[in-house]
Amino acid sequence: MTHSSLLSYAIWVPIIGGLLVLAVGDRRAEAARWLALVASLAAFAVTIPLFTGFDTHTAAMQYSERVAWIPSLNIFYHLGIDGISLWFILLTSFLTVLVVISSWKNVQERVAQFMAAFLIMEGLMIGVFCALDAILFYVFWEAMLIPMFLIIGVWGGPRRVYATIKFFLYTFLGSVLMLVALLYLYFHSGDSFSLLEFQKTPLGMSAQTLIFLAFFFAFAVKIPMWPVHTWLPDAHVEAPTGGSVILAAVMLKMGAYGFLRLSLPIVPDASHRLAWLMIVLSLIAIIYVALVAIVQEDMKKLIAYSSIAHMGFVTLGFFVFNSVAIEGGIIQMLSHGFVSAAMFLCVGVLYDRMHTRNIKDYGGVANVMPVFAALMMLFAMGNVGLPGTSGFVGEFMVVLGTYQVNPWLAILAATSLITGAGYTLWLFKRVIFGSVVQPEVARLKDLDGREVLVLGTLAAFTLLLGLWPAPFLDIVHSSVQHLVTQVSLSKIPA
Amino acid sequence: MWVFDWLNAFPPLAVYLVIPVAPLVGALVAGFWGWKLREHAHWAPIIGVAIAFYLSLAVLWQTGHGVAFYGDVYTWAVLGHLPVSVGFDIDSLTALMLVVVTFVSLSVHLYTVGYMHGDPGYARFFSYIALFTFSMIMLVMSNNFLQLFFGWEAVGLVSYLLIGFWFQRESANVAAIKAFIVNRVGDFGFLIGIAAVYHYFGSLDYRTVFAAVPQVTGQMLEIIPGHPVSVLTWIALLLFVGAMGKSAQVPLHVWLPESMEGPTPISALIHAATMVTAGIFMVARMSPIFEQSATALSVVLIIGAVTAFFMGLVGLVQNDIKRIIAYSTISQLGYMTAALGASAFSAAIFHLMTHAFFKALLFLAAGSVIHAMSNEQDIRKMGGLRKVMPITYVTFLIGSLSLSGIPPFAGFFSKDLIIEAVGLSTLPGAGWAEWMLVAGAFVTALYTFRMFFLVFHGAPRMDAHTRAHLHESPWVITVPLIALAIPAVYAGWAYIGPVGLGHFLDSSLVVAPQWNTIGEIRAHWQGAGAFVLHSLETVPFWLALLGMAVAAWFYWLRPGLPATLTRFLSPVIWALQRKYGFDAFNQTVLVRGVLQLGALFWHVGDERLIDGIMVNGTAREIGKAALSWRRVQTGYIYHYAFAMIIGLILLMSYFVVWRG
Repeated sequence: MTHSSLLSYAIWVPIIGGLLVLAVGDRRAEAARWLALVASLAAFAVTIPLFTGFDTHTAAMQYSERVAWIPSLNIFYHLGIDGISLWFILLTSFLTVLVVISSWKNVQERVAQFMAAFLIMEGLMIGVFCALDAILFYVFWEAMLIPMFLIIGVWGGPRRVYATIKFFLYTFLGSVLMLVALLYLYFHSGDSFSLLEFQKTPLGMSAQTLIFLAFFFAFAVKIPMWPVHTWLPDAHVEAPTGGSVILAAVMLKMGAYGFLRLSLPIVPDASHRLAWLMIVLSLIAIIYVALVAIVQEDMKKLIAYSSIAHMGFVTLGFFVFNSVAIEGGIIQMLSHGFVSAAMFLCVGVLYDRMHTRNIKDYGGVANVMPVFAALMMLFAMGNVGLPGTSGFVGEFMVVLGTYQVNPWLAILAATSLITGAGYTLWLFKRVIFGSVVQPEVARLKDLDGREVLVLGTLAAFTLLLGLWPAPFLDIVHSSVQHLVTQVSLSKIPA
Repeated sequence: MWVFDWLNAFPPLAVYLVIPVAPLVGALVAGFWGWKLREHAHWAPIIGVAIAFYLSLAVLWQTGHGVAFYGDVYTWAVLGHLPVSVGFDIDSLTALMLVVVTFVSLSVHLYTVGYMHGDPGYARFFSYIALFTFSMIMLVMSNNFLQLFFGWEAVGLVSYLLIGFWFQRESANVAAIKAFIVNRVGDFGFLIGIAAVYHYFGSLDYRTVFAAVPQVTGQMLEIIPGHPVSVLTWIALLLFVGAMGKSAQVPLHVWLPESMEGPTPISALIHAATMVTAGIFMVARMSPIFEQSATALSVVLIIGAVTAFFMGLVGLVQNDIKRIIAYSTISQLGYMTAALGASAFSAAIFHLMTHAFFKALLFLAAGSVIHAMSNEQDIRKMGGLRKVMPITYVTFLIGSLSLSGIPPFAGFFSKDLIIEAVGLSTLPGAGWAEWMLVAGAFVTALYTFRMFFLVFHGAPRMDAHTRAHLHESPWVITVPLIALAIPAVYAGWAYIGPVGLGHFLDSSLVVAPQWNTIGEIRAHWQGAGAFVLHSLETVPFWLALLGMAVAAWFYWLRPGLPATLTRFLSPVIWALQRKYGFDAFNQTVLVRGVLQLGALFWHVGDERLIDGIMVNGTAREIGKAALSWRRVQTGYIYHYAFAMIIGLILLMSYFVVWRG
């Protein structure tokens, strides 16, 4: 292919950009900001040809690159994407631009380091979405934790140390098990680390089950699924706004992506065998976690719990194994990327002005910030899953697909229609509506142009994905069809 | 007709597309530039809705001449292998609904210019009601379940925004959330119903689904193992749950009285004339499915009749003028629902139409009263307004007579037709339903004229200040009243043939031969005049007159009587004033239950069990283990050397003994 190094650009442009920003240094904060903006725009620009040149008719890996890396161990620098990865690469590069813009003023300390961390993290996360070599995948997977660890640990809130350690240990312990599973697969696939090779390797049921569980711990922690979810509210509460945005919008998707790229095609029989477990945990996330969200008193915690509930739809969709539900899960991931990012940015807008996340400290914000209130209403509706917004599409498709398997699953999942409206609208009422009681609220200034730009862009995508999801689904269609076939074929040696 | 001829120059789809888009553009203009346009913000929405109204008339005229349209605008998405589109189904039912919706909407838009004048949210209000009109048009024009659900939820959103329009008020915010969530309970059923349609029919397109009904008839499923139900019954009941939420049927009616927290124009537009009738429209649209299930029809019939009678009773003890009309709306929606259950779909749509006119009229007239009364809504503090507000008085009287079912006003024809049809129904429970509807005629007349006499007759009971400011409303308010009063008078006898008896709607509705109640009435039909004469020999008419007479006696001629009577009926009144305890149950059991469960899951599940024992507990144990292991690392070389030697010996003995 002619543009075969596009993926490398997508990974390395932001990383090199990040290093350059570091070189500018914290002293020249304004220069660092502008350079970070330019770098993030350049990084976004190099991902656009991935979309425009994408062939939607094939499920094969596109834009492949394969260079020997550690030849003695058969490790390759092997990149390639299909329809499942494409949107997440674009989401990552797009959101990094927004994060840079939104952090323009509210980060004043160590500006260069802050911006550099996000740019480097962007490259590493894109690396996860296009790595086709197990070791490369693992390296990106672990490496991206470090910038996030620093972002929360350095620019975070008062309990940042507890939150970072919890976050790091949780995700790290999960990944170690994944490494063991990858090594096992290496020995059983004829000394190859190729993920595509792994997908063809026959495996017995007990080996598959163990591998599935090892993957499960790595991915379930990231998504996060109940009961390994408690690190997320803590991490969100302590993270700076930009950190929360990337954490919710991209990093949580890593786990779900892992299930699609590794678990389902590599161990299909175990996936079927343990589907009940995944479904039960997903439904717990949808029902139990949504109820927990209702009673939260901290805005960020509430949105964090709502994230977990929304991700429950993703995993539920994946493990009923039909294309409507899986595509619904993917669209839900993408929509959550827009909506949760926007919700965290909205909280950030308020936090920048009031320095509190307590719902009680607000009330009547609509009186002084009408533009903000209108935009946040749109995102709240996205969170509620109102038709016409992106939030509806994924949930609708998952409910449709799940009903095919068992009506009861669809009925339980659809309770989110009620609980989601409950926690979102109640939050909105307490923060935005009402008359102004706190004198601090009375002094609030409405959004400035920069904030309108960031939130307005996200609003446009939330509506676009809701009103016309067809182009988004066209990209994933062939790859999901292929995946559904892969999962339906047994890999147990005859 | 010559006024519509020039439209033939355009492709039909383009013309249809303008109907929803024109109000949408109006909404966007008012929404985005309202801060600049200020008191001129109403122009774009009004022009948009006027265009939609004009085109709706054109569509009605066309469908009357046999024109129909069924086609897609764009493909929303491909679900699996199934393309789902946004598209239009233009037939007589759609055309009729379009005209009702856009006519009431336009009247309300004009009325709002006067009613909301000077409100800081003037532009926002117009943006919302134009957006509502767009959503409602999308709902009635849809040719598939997805777009139906889109319109369905979008009108719910606008209803939420408008109930909470005065967002500084706590009560308005609570009412708004309540409306949204109760509607979502209905939508929950509706969504599962759509998923079931997709599962059994493999399509979400009306035509494909309706055409496949014969193949699905007879299929059974077991939702609860061991209890087979027919697939069509299951689907019909789920869809009806959605209708119950939107059309405020017991027990999902609780949000509608509270929705009166919103400004009066939207009570007329959304919570009386149009949005709440979406459920009725939807069931009529789904008649091919409902007609295949006696069980579902029976449930619809009973729920409708129960709502009609028992919610009417609650209206008797209300004192807020808007809440009386709200309970009346619930009760009238019950009549329509009962008609659906009796397979009298055309009668339901007919009542929907006449009700839209006379109920919007009553609400707007009530708004005129509230306006004159300096925002007082308690009818006990009114009285004697007849002399000050002649136009409001006459139009309110027309609305009241129509609502009470007095011939020849519009409401009489539609309501009597429903009672006749239910009387002919052979479904289980039809007998009870008929009695409830007949008794409801008395209740309706009683609460309506109680309100009427307390407001307009008798001695004035308001304070001197309010009294000094009493005045008839300006023309922007009275003109819409007159505009709505005209159809409230004549729409009954004029349209009972084409609409009520379904001559015009035949092509849109499916009625199974075994319960063709309207067909029976049609067979003996001798014209509207004979219908009126016949009604003079039936019970409902005399009950309605009796209700009016009792109201006049109690609340006009002998105002002391009700107090005496209250003492005799205290247990009944106790129950009615508590609205049968629905609100108390929802508040104490459901809302508090959910909050307590959430707190339990959070504090016990997440904090104590998962974080306390699993996470931090593990960390503690690892810490302890590390402490004990640390003793091993003493730092003395001879300890390590000793350990190495022991290890070596063990390894060697392993190889020698077990391997050797």
